[in-house]
Amino acid sequence: MKLGSKIYTTIIFLFLFAPIVVMLIYSFNDSKSLSVYSGFSLRWYKELLNDRNTLESVKNTFILAFSATAISTVMGTAAAVGINKLRGAWYCRVLKTATDIPMTNPDIITGISLMLMFVFVGRLVGATSSLSFWTMLIAHVTFCLPYVILQVLPKLQQMDRSLPEAAMDLGCTPLRAFFKVELPEILPGIITGAIMAFTMSLDDFVISYFTTGNGFETLPIRIYGMTKKTVTPKMYALATLIFFVTMSLLIFSNVVDNDQRREKKGRKDPYSIQ
Amino acid sequence: MNRKLNTYRAMLLPYSIWAILFILVPLGFVGYYAFTDDSFHFTMEHFVRFFTATSSITEDDGTTREVRTYVLIFLRSVKLACVSTLICLLLGYPVAYIMSRAKEKTQKVMMTLIMIPMWMNFLIRTYAWMTIMQDTGILNNILEALGFGRIRIIGTETAVVVGMVYDYFPYMVLPIYSIMAKMDVRLVEAARDLGCGSLSVLRRVIFPLSLPGVISGITMVLIPSISTFYISQKLGNGKFFLIGDAIEGQYVANNLHFAAAIAFILMVILLAAMALVKYSTERYVYGGESE
Repeated sequence: MKLGSKIYTTIIFLFLFAPIVVMLIYSFNDSKSLSVYSGFSLRWYKELLNDRNTLESVKNTFILAFSATAISTVMGTAAAVGINKLRGAWYCRVLKTATDIPMTNPDIITGISLMLMFVFVGRLVGATSSLSFWTMLIAHVTFCLPYVILQVLPKLQQMDRSLPEAAMDLGCTPLRAFFKVELPEILPGIITGAIMAFTMSLDDFVISYFTTGNGFETLPIRIYGMTKKTVTPKMYALATLIFFVTMSLLIFSNVVDNDQRREKKGRKDPYSIQ
Repeated sequence: MNRKLNTYRAMLLPYSIWAILFILVPLGFVGYYAFTDDSFHFTMEHFVRFFTATSSITEDDGTTREVRTYVLIFLRSVKLACVSTLICLLLGYPVAYIMSRAKEKTQKVMMTLIMIPMWMNFLIRTYAWMTIMQDTGILNNILEALGFGRIRIIGTETAVVVGMVYDYFPYMVLPIYSIMAKMDVRLVEAARDLGCGSLSVLRRVIFPLSLPGVISGITMVLIPSISTFYISQKLGNGKFFLIGDAIEGQYVANNLHFAAAIAFILMVILLAAMALVKYSTERYVYGGESE
């Protein structure tokens, strides 16, 4: 790399990491100030552990993320297999367009549109408050699904199409062929998709904001509420913790992906003619 | 054969139902709410209100003037989003280029470094910028220590743009990088051999080839920055309402029909903009030739 490029990228990375460094440092600040540093302390981490409501919202966030990931991974993988097989059919093209909608639409529109429907249906059935954990779960599954599908679909397309055919010729039902032959091949895609869905769900604020109700509060929504008032470094302590959880998750997914690739490189095709 | 196809159809069925119920139908509800009043009778009043509602604002010199509230908010959103997107492109394009030319290991490290800020919740990222830029914040402390004196950033449009550029910068770099990494280096060498200077190589070879990445980068930055509502509240000190703030404000005030109307207008404009971008780049890339 040339010197100019090095200087340029360094400046850009300084810009990118400034807020993260600020957050890390001030989460260990002894005083309440977010601009004066007065010594190292774990005070805010202790306070965080005593904050019932925040811990409750952390629990909620994880329950929601796990449920949304489980549902969207199973449904999305099945859908990807179907889309891959029935590629030419008209309803598949419609479905692919529909899959793109949550990815390209601004979050605020996805959130508002779901909220309007929930409120409308809630009014029809005469519920007092139509928004709750369940509406939020539906919203999260909806925006997680495209990530799963778009991760699994390329793996299916890369796969040798004759393999499941061969399994079926040898007497497997399509379902059995899927579990025995296709599933192991596309597993890395499913795992990456699931991890992406999980982190998206953990991190989402905008869509959750419009679809939550009935006192169900996730972490981003709680953070939003906290930043409306004056903020203590407690929030930075919290953010630091989440940051490291997410980072370790993504590093884990990278390791899985790399292992898979290495294994593929090392494995020779046993039936090729030498 | 038919049984096989039926199995695949059955696998597709849950998602098909889900996509119809929770992607397509809700979009219909946006339209339905936008064109109806509280008792669900057809009305255009929300759109009339959007284009004609006025309010008075006080200028810095103390004079007041009447403005069209929502039209002003809308134009401001478009302006700030375009400025942020342009800055992201100007800053991000060289990064993507440098990255694609680096050693494979360096590429991987740089890619991770660019993605790391995305792993922090965007509310907190934005808030951290607020602490950096506020009047008694770190930036001002540094400026003062260097003898420049304090400046006011929070509550200006600049602060909002900084927030947007920061939040969406990776969305610009990554698509451009992924196109550039796949680019055939021999094309650049060929252009050099045929006497192209560095600038000309960039203009005639590298840029046109990277255009698909640039387009998806622009869309991925423009869409979230035009519709954001937290950045403007925090970094703009609530002084610069954007279209997202307008929607959120109406939602909080429980004016769902008007919120739907604003969302509807936003959606239509974005669709038109995307179609325009797609059309013009297709003409540019293929030179308008008929295929």
